[in-house]
Amino acid sequence: MRVMARSPTTTDVFNAVAEASRRDLLDALGTGEATVGELVDRLGLSQPQVSKHLGVLRAVGLVTARVDGRRRWYRINGPALKPIHDWVRAFERTWIERLDRLDDLLVELQAQEDSP
Amino acid sequence: MTEKTENRHGSATVTLPSDTEVLITRAFDAPAGLVYTAYTTPELVKRWWGFDTSEWLVCEIDLRVGGGWRFVTRDDGVEVAFHGDYKELDEPHRLVSTEVYEGIPDAEENGALDIVTFDEVDGVTTMTILVQFQNKEGRDGMLESGMESGMQIGYDRMEDLLREMQ
Repeated sequence: MRVMARSPTTTDVFNAVAEASRRDLLDALGTGEATVGELVDRLGLSQPQVSKHLGVLRAVGLVTARVDGRRRWYRINGPALKPIHDWVRAFERTWIERLDRLDDLLVELQAQEDSP
Repeated sequence: MTEKTENRHGSATVTLPSDTEVLITRAFDAPAGLVYTAYTTPELVKRWWGFDTSEWLVCEIDLRVGGGWRFVTRDDGVEVAFHGDYKELDEPHRLVSTEVYEGIPDAEENGALDIVTFDEVDGVTTMTILVQFQNKEGRDGMLESGMESGMQIGYDRMEDLLREMQ
């Protein structure tokens, strides 16, 4: 049973960064604050596309905005990436240890093959 | 990358090709046939698949398409169980199986598909494991299978980004 109430693009950081254009936006914002116009110029996306993706990133807290006069400045909110960071780290540590043991085993098996 | 080295410890990498996929990559100084054997033989799987402290309760492999596998270990008193079915077997190049972590609700529905490839070049075999979760519940469920924090993030540049921002 799928849970219909779940709205993936607006509630899940994983889903928000799964889209390539949104990762590009995060990379662009990684170097500092930017306006929609600057992001349009830098990424070669249309203004509606940039605005739509910024909306998704804001909804999951990955991007925040501040208004300065008539301009709206967008910036990245790093700590919101933590769930992804933690998840990948946990998964990776398990597999690094597991495959290091497999490595040792393969060395041992080959040594057995080599000795008559 | 394919040169033989003294020690490749710590060299497995994990990347996230999409929000429901994980790709694990690791090279071994061994022929593909041997890596495949170590991956599919119960007595050998017991030597590497669990944690150092794991007590093995079940390690069954019925290596044929449609056959099943089931691994159950006890870690710190907690039983951790996985099982699946083999979908494709192309020794020693490729193996496709399902993977179900029994510790989450609706385990079967939230299972994953594992696509494993063994690519040998000049005596070095690069193994890739692509884990395709059916949904985010399955992906999140993996967190509960006894994993702890590790060392690096897969998304290009994202770790640096995170460090800069904190």
